[in-house]
Amino acid sequence: MTTETALLARPLPAINDMNGYFWCGGADGVLHIMKCGDCSLYFHPYQSCCSACLSANVAPAPVSGRGSVLSSTINHQPWFPHVPVPYIVALVELDEKGPVRLLTNMFGEPVDSIVPGLRVSVYFEQHGDIFVPLFRPA
Amino acid sequence: MTRHFEKNCVISGAGMSKMYRKPEVYPFNLAVDACRNAIADAGLEIGDIDGIACWPHAAVHVGHGSSAASPVDIKNSLGLKLNWFEAGMGPGQFASIANAIGAIAAGYCNHVLCYRAEGERWVPMYGKAYADGNLPTPEGFNQWTTPYFAPSAATWIALHADLHMRQTGLTREQLAMIAINQRKNAALNPNAVYREPITLDEYFDARMITTPFCIYDCDVPIDGAAAVVISRADAIPASSRPTVRFEAVGTALHDHFSWFQRSDFPNMAMSDAAKMLWSRTDLTPADLTSAHLYDGFSWLTVLWLEALGITKPGETGDFLEGGQRIALDGVLPLNTNGGQLSEGRLHAFNHLVEAVRQLRGEAGDRQVADAKVAVCSAGGGVFGSALLIVRD
Repeated sequence: MTTETALLARPLPAINDMNGYFWCGGADGVLHIMKCGDCSLYFHPYQSCCSACLSANVAPAPVSGRGSVLSSTINHQPWFPHVPVPYIVALVELDEKGPVRLLTNMFGEPVDSIVPGLRVSVYFEQHGDIFVPLFRPA
Repeated sequence: MTRHFEKNCVISGAGMSKMYRKPEVYPFNLAVDACRNAIADAGLEIGDIDGIACWPHAAVHVGHGSSAASPVDIKNSLGLKLNWFEAGMGPGQFASIANAIGAIAAGYCNHVLCYRAEGERWVPMYGKAYADGNLPTPEGFNQWTTPYFAPSAATWIALHADLHMRQTGLTREQLAMIAINQRKNAALNPNAVYREPITLDEYFDARMITTPFCIYDCDVPIDGAAAVVISRADAIPASSRPTVRFEAVGTALHDHFSWFQRSDFPNMAMSDAAKMLWSRTDLTPADLTSAHLYDGFSWLTVLWLEALGITKPGETGDFLEGGQRIALDGVLPLNTNGGQLSEGRLHAFNHLVEAVRQLRGEAGDRQVADAKVAVCSAGGGVFGSALLIVRD
């Protein structure tokens, strides 16, 4: 069983001062995640301080875009009429010091291949000003 | 007075409305029904109620949706003279009860009405809501999930369950015992919306929602309400019935408020709340005579069993195997009312009403033997709160 490959309209957030770096930061092809400038911890989403060392020296920073699948589910419920089921929703843990975990879809991949530990890398799907981060096998 | 003031508070009354799968009665009216039933059950007059609280926030003058009754609308309908009232987020569905205990401890009030009102059949949710092709603009936490076509907690919790089941070896056949046992209990509960038994074959043939969850692993949205009256122990009317007292409350959140970024993923906020619960009592899981654990999805009940130390990770599957240990006559009767999976989704407030009835010996055909100590829990993901209640 594989799922369909298609560019589908996605329900997307309104951009604001707390989320723009994430949703629009992929315009240059690089994923941006909040980073502590003092202890190098990455965290998601926005915080004004590093919860580990309380430094306020925090800002969005580019990351490798590499990580591993931590878990996944095969969704059969047709939540949205324009999205063919089944489809994969997977949770990816980035390689950077965190943890930072992001959701992704994996259309077009054999569902049996989406297993914990699968190495993945980021790519972006452009919807106007928004570049949705997605992951595929590295 | 004890330092743990919950021990000075009792659940003086407990009541429910009828539960509706189809939108037949306006949900706000059902909330008022549940509140009046709880007050009457306490042997109190409406004029005795001087506090009211609900979870979560509820919009004023809106009587449907996932929080179908604002405390101030209940206040106006019943003419309450309040010294204290609130509706907020807090550590899950029992936040209103923890707040009520705090308000009583502070001396603001003596009898607090706490309730949960659901009106999700009156308005469409999730898939139905999006069936017209209009895409929502996800806000807050939902912006991290809905863009990935994952608008429901079913998906978020499945991502926890997938890892947990791989780590612990819990099988779907073992998980099925939660739903099957609860349906068996619901057959003895006239207020449950689903009362026909489920077989293991039917479970495995059922429509998948998102792996590992089939439809029977998901709770049942209803229109309905459940309410309790939390009272100062020395303020309740004399009664020949057993008194149900709080022994401990768990409301802690130590790790991140986050579905996916906790350091101990796939554990959830409930881990912190459960530890706090046992830190406030000399009782232990071995003292429990029944458990009434949140089952928005069947697997959340498994995680609560482990968070509360009733079972150890890796051993829960054996505990559930066959279903005998969690049956009404088992070592630990579980979700004796049928739970949210069969009685209907009231975010564990129906579990609390059931626990009170069990401890008083008023649970009818589903009464467990010698009920003395019950644990109730609410919430999954970022929400977790737990109550240990005892028969005095």
